[in-house]
Amino acid sequence: MNALADFIINSLGLSGLSAELVMLLLVVAVAAAVFGIGMTISGLLTLAERRVAGRIQSRIGPNRVGPFGLLQWLVDGLKLIMKEDVVPHDADPHMFRMAPYLVVVGVFAAFASLPFGQLLIASDLNVGILYLLAITSLVTVGVLMSGWASNNKWSMIGGIRAAAQIVSYEIPTALSVASIILISGTLSMQGIINEQGGWPWQWYIFYNPFTFAVFFLYFTAALAEGNRIPFDLPEAESELVSGYNTEYSGMRFAGFFLAEFANIYLMSAIATTLFFGGWQIPGVTPEQQAGSLVLQITGMVVFMSKSAVGCFVVIWIRWTLPRLRIDQLMSLCYKYLIPLSFVCLGGNAIYLLIFPKPSSANTLVHMITTLFGGVLIVIFVTRVMYHHRISGVSLDLNFLARGEKGKYNPETQVRAYGSFRKKYEKKQGAK
Amino acid sequence: MVFYFTALITVGTASYAVFSKNITRCAFSLLYSFFGMAVLYGLLSADFVAVVQLMIYVGGILVLLLFAVMLTGNIELAANSNKTASRWLGYPLGMVIFVLLVSVFLRVPWGKSAVQAYLPTIRAIGESFLGRLLLPFEFLSIVLLAVVIGAVVIVRNRNVCNASEEEEST
Repeated sequence: MNALADFIINSLGLSGLSAELVMLLLVVAVAAAVFGIGMTISGLLTLAERRVAGRIQSRIGPNRVGPFGLLQWLVDGLKLIMKEDVVPHDADPHMFRMAPYLVVVGVFAAFASLPFGQLLIASDLNVGILYLLAITSLVTVGVLMSGWASNNKWSMIGGIRAAAQIVSYEIPTALSVASIILISGTLSMQGIINEQGGWPWQWYIFYNPFTFAVFFLYFTAALAEGNRIPFDLPEAESELVSGYNTEYSGMRFAGFFLAEFANIYLMSAIATTLFFGGWQIPGVTPEQQAGSLVLQITGMVVFMSKSAVGCFVVIWIRWTLPRLRIDQLMSLCYKYLIPLSFVCLGGNAIYLLIFPKPSSANTLVHMITTLFGGVLIVIFVTRVMYHHRISGVSLDLNFLARGEKGKYNPETQVRAYGSFRKKYEKKQGAK
Repeated sequence: MVFYFTALITVGTASYAVFSKNITRCAFSLLYSFFGMAVLYGLLSADFVAVVQLMIYVGGILVLLLFAVMLTGNIELAANSNKTASRWLGYPLGMVIFVLLVSVFLRVPWGKSAVQAYLPTIRAIGESFLGRLLLPFEFLSIVLLAVVIGAVVIVRNRNVCNASEEEEST
């Protein structure tokens, strides 16, 4: 961004106050762009969540507004904007109004250092990953503030739970990030991606067995930090109504809601950057990518699709696992995740002592870890296929299926969709 | 311009934290103060210090402070919170510190450093931590370790008491 600013200022021949003004305008423009991108992503994610949830629960989900229901989130947003902004009578009005801003700022400010592409980053800070960890701590304070200001028991408990949870799980997150920093030797997001490569065995997740474990530690801790199921105790509907945002309505509620979904994207994007090679295209070096527009766009698509897979897994977990108890949550963090992340950090340090530089032995370790990961995926898929076969249920992964194609099948208690519908009808005809 | 705006926010919210009667609002207004300080560090091109300020003060200390504030009894009553404990001790002490600070401020020859680009500081910080300042760094880590062990010991004793009480009651 600084390069862009210099270019504009120099080409217009500005100096002094006018140059400063241009700089300020540019900062505002970039901030607005980042905010817009973040809002769009989280809006689309709300839709994705509802569609995926629908498919997992053998129903359709919202599909009426726009093609495949793609405009549903805009309509929802409009509805929320037009709703009345209620402030409870006994609430602390200033703090009540302020809290959603803090949460939104905390999450969306983090988008400023997400590397969407090789050149597409608002600010490639050289303390990038630390900044990401630090700025999201505003969310903690915002959540606590909303819980306190609502003057409501449930909100208060929700807010305190959220703060305790985020503060506790920040430790394993930071420790697992520290393992990656140890290997990459840089804190800059682009620097970390540049150290990796396009192929899976060049990613940091398959760097050595310890980083493979670190990824799962990071993912679990980040899930808990984002208050997602199975760690969504702060907003546990069945016990706390909806936790710290119970009293909020209209756009202020939407602020919390969008921030939560933006957080899902954020954790997937950080995981993509740290573990999955970011925007690196297989077989293309960063130098080659820098020169070509087509490769730039491909890199962006690669980054987006990797983080989309991450978001899908997060949503999938939400609709699969039940919620933990608060004591289970805390003991998971302090008794298991923190010691394990220390072991991984130490293991990585020892590994780097043994293989300090890229060598053939190093490559062999990457290859074996990749193979191990591949075998795990194959085992998982075959298990799913086996259970699918013995359950005798027709499976269709078409998440964009239109409603008219849905047809209730009383024999298997599921709806037959799309390509499977034809097979189903054929079967019915044969009978 | 950015400096004056940030400084205004920092000082304003800090004085709110000092003078307000509502202790929860005091604690929350510290957030803006800490945040403003982080921005000031950033303006001084101390990127690492700015980020660490956010992480430690906002993410750690402030949240702990809020927990402590929220766990105190009867905070709803304005009269009960933030009592001016001892005026006759407080005012002279404040004046002495103020005079001391002003005299130091007037005596120090404030040099203006040449305008520098925002250079990364993190490598220099790391190298001095593990080179020239290794001994103080390690010493600090021992102090922190002692603090952690002390905290564990305190919590552990209380837990043992609670457990024995529970056993007695059952």
